[in-house]
Amino acid sequence: MDLSYSDEQKQIKEGVERFVREQYAFDTRRKIAGSEKGWLPENWAKFAELGWLGMSFSEADGGFGGGAIETMIAMEAFGSGLVLEPYLPTVVMGGGLLAAGGSAAQKEALLAPMIAGEKQFAVAYVEKQARFNLADVAVVAKKDGAGYAISGHKGVVYNAASADTIFVTARTSGGQRDEKGITVFAVDAKSAGITRRDYPTQDALRASELTFDNVKVGADSVVGKVDDGHALFEGVIDRSIVALCAEAVGCMDAINKATLEYIKTRKQFGVPIGKFQVLQHRMVDCFTNAQEARSMTLMAALKIDDADATVRKKAASGAKVQIGKSGKFCGQSAVQMHGGMGVTDELSVSHYFKRLTMIETLFGNQQHHLSRYANLSVAA
Amino acid sequence: MDLAFTKEDIAFRDEVRDFVAKNLPKDIADKVAGGKHLERDDYMRWQQALGRQGWLVYTWPKKHGGPGWTITQRYIFENTCAEMNAPSIIPFGSKMVGPVIYTFGNDEQKQRFLPDIRESSVWWCQGYSEPGSGSDLASLRTKAVREGDHYIVNGSKTWNTMGHWADWIFCLVRTNPEAKQQEGISFLLIDMKTPGITVKPIIMADGGHEVNEVFFDNVRVPAENLVGKEGEGWTYAKFLLANERLGIAAIPQSKRGVEGLKQMAKSERDGAGKTLIDDASFREKIADLEIQVTALEYTELRALSAMAAGGAPGPEVSFLKIRGSEIQQRITELAVEAVGYYAMPYQPALLWHGANEEPIGPDYAHLAAPRYFNVRKTSIYGGSNEIQKNVISKMVLGL
Repeated sequence: MDLSYSDEQKQIKEGVERFVREQYAFDTRRKIAGSEKGWLPENWAKFAELGWLGMSFSEADGGFGGGAIETMIAMEAFGSGLVLEPYLPTVVMGGGLLAAGGSAAQKEALLAPMIAGEKQFAVAYVEKQARFNLADVAVVAKKDGAGYAISGHKGVVYNAASADTIFVTARTSGGQRDEKGITVFAVDAKSAGITRRDYPTQDALRASELTFDNVKVGADSVVGKVDDGHALFEGVIDRSIVALCAEAVGCMDAINKATLEYIKTRKQFGVPIGKFQVLQHRMVDCFTNAQEARSMTLMAALKIDDADATVRKKAASGAKVQIGKSGKFCGQSAVQMHGGMGVTDELSVSHYFKRLTMIETLFGNQQHHLSRYANLSVAA
Repeated sequence: MDLAFTKEDIAFRDEVRDFVAKNLPKDIADKVAGGKHLERDDYMRWQQALGRQGWLVYTWPKKHGGPGWTITQRYIFENTCAEMNAPSIIPFGSKMVGPVIYTFGNDEQKQRFLPDIRESSVWWCQGYSEPGSGSDLASLRTKAVREGDHYIVNGSKTWNTMGHWADWIFCLVRTNPEAKQQEGISFLLIDMKTPGITVKPIIMADGGHEVNEVFFDNVRVPAENLVGKEGEGWTYAKFLLANERLGIAAIPQSKRGVEGLKQMAKSERDGAGKTLIDDASFREKIADLEIQVTALEYTELRALSAMAAGGAPGPEVSFLKIRGSEIQQRITELAVEAVGYYAMPYQPALLWHGANEEPIGPDYAHLAAPRYFNVRKTSIYGGSNEIQKNVISKMVLGL
């Protein structure tokens, strides 16, 4: 048993942290958020050059042989600086789908250029009626000659406007909520029949509503097996949850640090407000919450590739429950302890709070994952 | 980074399992599994078995007669013992006064006291809290006045755990009333058979007797029983508490507690024709608790891993006590909720092994309320959780 980072992992950590420190000052981030794409192509090129886009993929897939721990290290540092570059949709989700289910040809055509920094991805899976149920898929893919024609609506697709390829879950058979009958397609983002409505999200990222109107794709665009895409997709979402949890841990550390600094310097009644026991104890609770979030994220990263799917699912859901609870506590406490300043746009605190709040919903909220965990662990 | 144990660690775990299987008397394991009270003799039989193997003082270095185990081996040992229903080791000798003696005591004291602690032939207890000194421990007033070769001790100690079974007590006493509060305290070892000592039971809310008041009336203690220097007792007291911090979270016991709750919920009916485990809201309460235990377990593993790599335990250990105690309390709270009306019958005799009385409700139900009442203590003892937060606030956050 050894929970320390290897030398290579320490180097990655130092590298990503240095990038955030030097390239992601809060004012810089504000400018990046307002730029055309909402992220900087030169930063993305640097990610590619430093190997961060490929480090979590196997060498056979053109990566550098890392895994969930490397992803965790990068995402935590990104979270600490509220980094806007689309690492999660492109590398973790899209790249993850290709690594887990892609054919050799798909890996060559899509994964290799992604690792080189030349392709960006988005993953279209959210449907309004489905809430957090990944098996509730109403978008259909009908047989069309040798290929398929996809029709329907997908919501809140992060990075769709920048993506070269959009991965779409669609129903190829079965009832609307059957796990069987879901297929994952890799669709060229410029395909005829895709209509986008782009918008910023609460936390300064970019997303889109996508309408697919008889979008024709070839049989070679199927990722994994026809009708059997659910398990593949759920596995990738579980891995994405661990990455997202790491981002949240970075956010929590940053917001706690800012709050601690603030209550040490802000004076009222003639003393720093951090001298008041009621705030000291709340700060300790913030610290404790962040430590528990870090522990659960590490646990999930270590178990997410377990051969037993139940172990993997419990790890992801358990971590997501913890992150939801801790993120809300740290976020709300930070705002409260900053007083009026905490609800202004001027300080970074409100921006971390907004990101933590959106993270709570992304991939299923605390209640959803508590229920999933309970069904896997307690009833079993 | 690797969660798996090494081959050596697995061999070690098997060795511990084998030892426990062969040496833990079945009647004791049954009592622990059934949540029954243990007698002095139960603890002693198990601790002496460990002592013969050299494992009772498993946290001690080799040069003081410990096994010199790695942090991972200690973790495996604690978990394996808990899984196999071994009683918790009473910490006052092996984990508290022992390390103080081998760190600060003189050679005569080491030769005189350490072998008995290693073998568990002597039962130690702790004299820290006083009626007027709880969270503000340094305000303690039990006096020790030097008279020739003796100290004359007067005063009283309280919340003294299992002192009615003890042979010796280690005490914080005030030797210099003129000095600043912390600087007038000394660390004294006292034979419980010394004339002038009275032990008076305190009966707890669950009806049990585990703590006492201890009164000292002109008790003559040989001056050679002073550990270290006069006036430095507070330093030794803090050292003792820091040593105690790991392991206090009772994680293996809480894991067992969560499993127990699941079993209860499978037996209890839910009033809708099914069992309580089919009730989604109750199931989620157990799930939430299990996630809390997992978070605590991995926090402890991170701390152990940092220590194994030679680092300090790190600030994360400071809150293990806080969360560990809250979790222990939550387990008992959910047990009371699970058993419903049958938490109500009071059957104290059933807390003892071999009672003839028939349980009124299910055989696990009578324990629920006494356990709940009893473990309220966990957020109070060892430094209340509020005091722990003060400590973290000051030492870790610099507030």
